[in-house]
Amino acid sequence: MKRATFLSYLVAGTVLTLVGAGCKHPQTPVTPIPAAKTIRVPGPSNPVVNNAGGNVNPGTAGTVAPPENPNANQVKNVAAGGGQEGSLADIEGMTPDTNHFAGQTVHFDFDSFVVKTSEHANVEAVGDELKAKPEDKLMIDGHCDERGTEEYNRALGERRALALREYLVRYGVAPDRVFTRSFGKDMPVDPGHNEDAWAKNRRGEFILLLPKQ
Amino acid sequence: MKPAFFMIRSLLATTVLVCLAAALGADDEHLTITAEATATQPPIPITLVGYTGEAESVLRFDLYVAGFKLVGGNESPQYELKGANNGQVEGRLTDAINKTVKFAKAFSGGTTRSQAHALADAVVQAVTGVAGIAGGKIAFKVQRNGTTGPGEVYVADYDGHNATAVTHDNAIVADPCWIPGRRALIYNTYKFGNPDIIMHDLSTGARSVVARYAGSNISPAASPDGRHVAMILSKGGSPDVYVANIDGSGLRQLTHTPEDESSPCWSPDGRWICFATRMEHRRVLAKISVDGGAVRRITANLGINPTEPDWSPDGKQIAFTSQAGKYFRICVVPAQGGDARILADGQDPAWAANSRTLIFNRMVGGRSVLSLLDVPTKQNKDVPLTIGNCSQPSWAK
Repeated sequence: MKRATFLSYLVAGTVLTLVGAGCKHPQTPVTPIPAAKTIRVPGPSNPVVNNAGGNVNPGTAGTVAPPENPNANQVKNVAAGGGQEGSLADIEGMTPDTNHFAGQTVHFDFDSFVVKTSEHANVEAVGDELKAKPEDKLMIDGHCDERGTEEYNRALGERRALALREYLVRYGVAPDRVFTRSFGKDMPVDPGHNEDAWAKNRRGEFILLLPKQ
Repeated sequence: MKPAFFMIRSLLATTVLVCLAAALGADDEHLTITAEATATQPPIPITLVGYTGEAESVLRFDLYVAGFKLVGGNESPQYELKGANNGQVEGRLTDAINKTVKFAKAFSGGTTRSQAHALADAVVQAVTGVAGIAGGKIAFKVQRNGTTGPGEVYVADYDGHNATAVTHDNAIVADPCWIPGRRALIYNTYKFGNPDIIMHDLSTGARSVVARYAGSNISPAASPDGRHVAMILSKGGSPDVYVANIDGSGLRQLTHTPEDESSPCWSPDGRWICFATRMEHRRVLAKISVDGGAVRRITANLGINPTEPDWSPDGKQIAFTSQAGKYFRICVVPAQGGDARILADGQDPAWAANSRTLIFNRMVGGRSVLSLLDVPTKQNKDVPLTIGNCSQPSWAK
């Protein structure tokens, strides 16, 4: 202990001699630090640019026109289970009705995208209406419970929506009328942290898209 | 002391800690990781002399996160950093044992904080031979109300200072990723009614579409050279891994499975994409060549629902999130496969350029905070941010 104290005095003394109290050693090199660069932040009305075509969607206060997919024509949709034939441009301007199929919300088991037999009647009711209303289209929102990480749930929610889409297509609904998107665990209907809440949150919701008036 | 210190790099070679897979249920789906990673290296004792206020607190934070132990009083330091912060931050690093002066440096310009960060990085470089990360920046997501629903993308210094919102979209945003070599981010936003991937140039504020196909366009990850992006798209009928040029052109589908792939990341050589998927009824981490081909499982047991892999820049290990009941654990596995070990509670780990510091988010008192972990010493500091629930951190590289 004494030795350590002595050493630290010695070191301190040495450095004091070298550095000097409060004044720099003449040979200490000075490294300049660059000033922080400005970060530019788009406002809520700023446009988002289309990379490929160079089209700029005019920004208007409060709303921004959804951008076109710059690469829409470059890739064919091919995969087991059928690709998404529709383009988001096809449903632009349609009016979503979130209440219409509220009674047909489909629920899933934990970590599963299997459409259970008990849910078939709900999906078929949606399919029957779509067949009867050829002008309408459908958005399916996939949701998850809070277990599992965020991006895992985002993918799982999409897989659930797609499972419902596959069912409807097999049931006879034209594939270019049915769209999907996932909200992962971002929009629970029940904020609880128990199995009751989780069971309600693992769901697929059908949103009727009404044609432009 | 020193030889031991320089063994950081062989951290993973030491497979002293064996991962024991304990079956929780009757089926092997519920394998859990039980082996805790202990520190492989003692912290390096250092003493600070002459610093006050902000400069001192920055130096203390930075050096602790870098694996140093701040000592005073009776404890003998291995290094002494002596200097001042009168107008400019300066310091002389001395080996307290053999009395050699490692360097004497002073800094001008910037702010007291940035000068102190630069001094801390100089200490780390001098002692370890590896560049420090204290001057680094992060991007992350902030949600003001709870941990679900709308949020904004923020950037900040790695210690949370100078936090700036770079979006004002009032929409669900997710998974911001810094594009290496550029002042630009790529992230997922629901602003246009669909989960789309957009690129955001921080110098000009310009934003452009990378992927907006029918279905979900999620989980973007920029390649190490900044020229490509890996992401999950569902346009093909199932969530699959795709790669494209960073502007979205030249799109190629890599996986063709009926399962839900998620959270891709790149190997540091840019040749592999690691991601989460399901194989033989089990949630696993797997990889695929960027040229396509077979999907290869990383290793036998990565615990329950391994997701969010992040490949260390030195190529040696993959950090990921594993589930334990309602909680999440940060785990690490050798990139070539092997035994996984638990590092900490938390989720969504991201390696710093030094391949030893992880940033991730964890729940503290019902709030999601960012946390920094020095893997070899297991020294851990939460990032002091009070702007809301912070998650999904990414380093500027």
